[in-house]
Amino acid sequence: MSTRQFGARVERNIDPKLLRGEGAFVDDIPLPDALHVAFLRSPHARARIVAIDTSAAKRYPGVAAIYTSDDIGALDVEMPLLIPHPSMKNPKTQRPLARGDVHYVGQTVAMVVAVDRYTAEDAAALIEVEYAPLPLEMDLTKALTDDAPLVHADVPNNLAAHFVQTSGNPDDAFARAEHVTRITVQVDRSTAAPMECRAVAARWDAVSGELTVWDGTQTPISVRGGLASVFELDEDKVRVIAPDVGGGFGQKVLLFYPDELLVPMAAMRLGRPVKYIEDRRENFLGSSQERTQIHTIELAALRTGEVIGLRDFFLHDTGAFIPYGIAVAQVASTSIAGPYRIPNILVEFKAVYTPTVQVTPYRGCGRPQACFAIERAMDQLAEELGLDRFEIRRRNLIEESQFPYAREGLLFADGLKVTLDSGRYGKALAMAAAELGAENFAAEQAKARAEGRYLGLGLACYVEGTGLGPYEGGHVKIHPITGKVYVNTGLSTQGQGHDTVFAQIVADQLGVSPQDVIVVEGDTKAFEWGVATFASRAAVVSGNAIHKTAIIVRNKVIEAAANMLDVDPDQIELRDSAAWVKGSNRFAPLAAIATASNPLRYAFNKAAQAATQFAPASKHDGPPLADGQAPGLEATDYYSPSRSTWAYGVHGAIIEVDPGLCTVKIRKYVCIHDCGNMINPMIVEGQVLGGIAQGIGGALYEHLDYQADGNLANASLMDFLVPYATEIPNVSILHLETPTPLNPLGVKGVGEAGCIAVGAVVASGVEDALRPFGALKFHQVPLSPNMISRALEAVGC
Amino acid sequence: MKPSIFGYQAPASIEEAISILAGDPDAVVLAGGQTLLPAMNFRAANPSTLVDIQHVADLRGIEVGTEIIVVKAMTRHREFELDAAVARVNPLVAEVMQHVAHVPIRNRGTVVGSLCHADPSAEMPLLLVLLGGSVIAQGPSGRREIAAEDFFQSFLTTARERDEIITEARFPVLPKAAGWAFDEVTRRHGDYAIAGVGCVLSLDDRGRASRVQLAACGIADTPVRLRDAENVLTGTVLDASDLDAAVAASTAAVTQPDEMHVSQTYRRRALGTLIRRMVTTAAQRATQMEIA
Repeated sequence: MSTRQFGARVERNIDPKLLRGEGAFVDDIPLPDALHVAFLRSPHARARIVAIDTSAAKRYPGVAAIYTSDDIGALDVEMPLLIPHPSMKNPKTQRPLARGDVHYVGQTVAMVVAVDRYTAEDAAALIEVEYAPLPLEMDLTKALTDDAPLVHADVPNNLAAHFVQTSGNPDDAFARAEHVTRITVQVDRSTAAPMECRAVAARWDAVSGELTVWDGTQTPISVRGGLASVFELDEDKVRVIAPDVGGGFGQKVLLFYPDELLVPMAAMRLGRPVKYIEDRRENFLGSSQERTQIHTIELAALRTGEVIGLRDFFLHDTGAFIPYGIAVAQVASTSIAGPYRIPNILVEFKAVYTPTVQVTPYRGCGRPQACFAIERAMDQLAEELGLDRFEIRRRNLIEESQFPYAREGLLFADGLKVTLDSGRYGKALAMAAAELGAENFAAEQAKARAEGRYLGLGLACYVEGTGLGPYEGGHVKIHPITGKVYVNTGLSTQGQGHDTVFAQIVADQLGVSPQDVIVVEGDTKAFEWGVATFASRAAVVSGNAIHKTAIIVRNKVIEAAANMLDVDPDQIELRDSAAWVKGSNRFAPLAAIATASNPLRYAFNKAAQAATQFAPASKHDGPPLADGQAPGLEATDYYSPSRSTWAYGVHGAIIEVDPGLCTVKIRKYVCIHDCGNMINPMIVEGQVLGGIAQGIGGALYEHLDYQADGNLANASLMDFLVPYATEIPNVSILHLETPTPLNPLGVKGVGEAGCIAVGAVVASGVEDALRPFGALKFHQVPLSPNMISRALEAVGC
Repeated sequence: MKPSIFGYQAPASIEEAISILAGDPDAVVLAGGQTLLPAMNFRAANPSTLVDIQHVADLRGIEVGTEIIVVKAMTRHREFELDAAVARVNPLVAEVMQHVAHVPIRNRGTVVGSLCHADPSAEMPLLLVLLGGSVIAQGPSGRREIAAEDFFQSFLTTARERDEIITEARFPVLPKAAGWAFDEVTRRHGDYAIAGVGCVLSLDDRGRASRVQLAACGIADTPVRLRDAENVLTGTVLDASDLDAAVAASTAAVTQPDEMHVSQTYRRRALGTLIRRMVTTAAQRATQMEIA
């Protein structure tokens, strides 16, 4: 019997190649004779461009071309608004190269193409730009006032979007409340900091009229469609390949970045391949960021701790442009009630333009902010009502019998009503308490305090709507010679291990080993229908599409094998890369079945000869291929989710604070999570642990230090504090598997899960640890030693 | 992040290196390159020529004497950290070294390079100041010895003339039976210090501090010898009130202004904590040394 691969800890197919340094990222693609790009970027956050003089730069030896907005023809227009929404009155998107005004430090002003990057940077430094600086306002709250300097002259009050949603009757709930708690919390700006920055290379073949673009993007099919449209090429003349990509975390889902249009343009105009490899500083200045939100949240409660109403108003910093619409803010606003029943909700947000690089989804996409707001509020409510923090949550969690639990009136990022589909929230909370040793913690805490050590327990729950549509597809084919299985899908991978989990799904249906399933993603020539990798959706949407497709191929295999082995189809079982007659030693290898399913004129090798030893794969009296029959064993199918499926979890930690140095050490970290059925627990754990590490970055370290003049003071990995392995504690990850009823595999997404709750957990734990010094409040992350020092000073310590 | 055009020379002798430096005002010495090369990639440093001293045989190695450890200019951090003879006469070195960046950086970065860079938050300058060491500068007009506290003049600025090469650093060994300690507070492991404190002290036979050396990094534009605190502590039994007095005497040493994530007040709190802890640890070790 073959062992079931779904659910097994199969080692990742991709790892040997990556660990040996044999990965091929955009910069590794050999493009002889390629030219290289450097950008001249604005040093001002707000300024008018008075004049640009490129003459000296153009004369610099080795320069092939220099482009400003005057030189790019039809490309000199505002780039697409990807996700329109009626809440945006005057949505602004960026031009590839600035025309008139610049709106943030790092905005692309000119592009230099030269024989190498060194020369291109030399020449960029010779471009003379005269700027007339304009006033600016970096503070979100002040930016909304009537006399604030404007990011866009025609957008009053810098208000990019204003949106209100209501579920139930919040006014009534607050009128009935026996206790109301209210806090204001803030999460600061951060960035994904993928290990590989963004990269684009392009080659134009004038003979065939084909444009090939290698792009470290999460969405090659959309980029292909966009490029074909912009350059007025047939879609099949544009091929976009996302090769190995070193992390994305949402930053690489935006299209277009200026370089994604300008590099292909230069390749077409100059007749030579052109390459742009974003460097780390540019990634900090020019690639999307996220997170800044200021929430004021109120909970209306009964004395029992039951929360009957929630009002949340928040400001969302969208940067200078809003190409991705209100997605981040909308996800935050619809995730605000977390795993709690809270039947009456009012959420309102204002998205605000600030003179900074645009904000688009970064792993978590508004959920860490929403989680921080609701969880910190629940802690405060517990304290005010004299309840234990576990207990108040227990009293409010949605119970198993209540699923599906809809929040009428709240529309999620897919435009559909928020409906939490399944879960065992109470069990997850109990597991977290047990794993943390919550019952004995008070004694442990007291003992430590007697020794002058300050321990605290931190706790937070989260939910995550995952697996957004609209759809993905899969193509599965058994190769006639090798019997290996080839799988294609339309999204792309940034190192998550898709190739392994998709292989496991297929392996179970076809009776092969996952190592014999070769998955190709991210190449529009391999599969050209689909969307992208984002919103924790690959396993849910592509996974189910591939599963459905594999079943079709399985049925074809069984039918053909039954004919060849002359038995009924229900007598066939698939295992060990062959179809077997149950209870016998008679079998036909998949390779032979695939070969026999393809009527051959020429037996070109032994496999083809062997195939002729068997009965034909289909029985009929007509032509070798009957009407409606296709050669080979392959199929294509699609999966389109009815709505998002909601994963959830509970995180807890034991945290030690050193009041003398104001440092925070995570002594123990516990994560209970449920993403439905797990295809590969090892990969799930990797995703969760990576998310927690990124969450620790957001909780304690990663802060983009924008100055009042709009300059980013820490645009390097020396000064932007991505945590090292030394900052990441051992994490105890426990799984719950509650299958979702929404898809055939019963899976939910897990890519973003890990990062969501960490900020709330850490702040909760630090507050608990420092309780002997007074009721110190920590309502902002990242939580720095300086904040702890300030809080201690405020109470005279 | 590509450097602008620069020349490269790899002299075989100190004299040759000095003559290149003397002949080209924009030439810069390259040792381990852990700070210089990133600065060049950012185009924050644009030297005309790199004078790579790694092939100068006279600039290699560590010599452990009875009073002084001589660390030649091309000695990597990691060599200093792992040298058994150094550990025997000055165990503080290895303790400090744990905090210098990370192993891959310590494998290439040099001790003298770090001293010449003179980052006031860095550990190596603090160590030299704490121990009362010195450097040897060699230039067209010969060799001179510069005491640590004279060498570090301000932020990233030393007494080295631009045509001089610091050929070696001289770290004193610890006094017999002295206790030692070093710790620092950083955001992440291996980062530059928000504040760091080193202490070396000796106890007399009645348990009183007969000699105290105390220095800090991260708190001013150079590493700072905390002499007022040393004076307060000398002759005391180092109890809590003595430590309080030492901390109070050090407050004014924190001159680094408020930064976005580090206020002066926080730096003072951290410095005070570290002084208490380092003096206590050093005293415990001195007591153990006595017993041993």
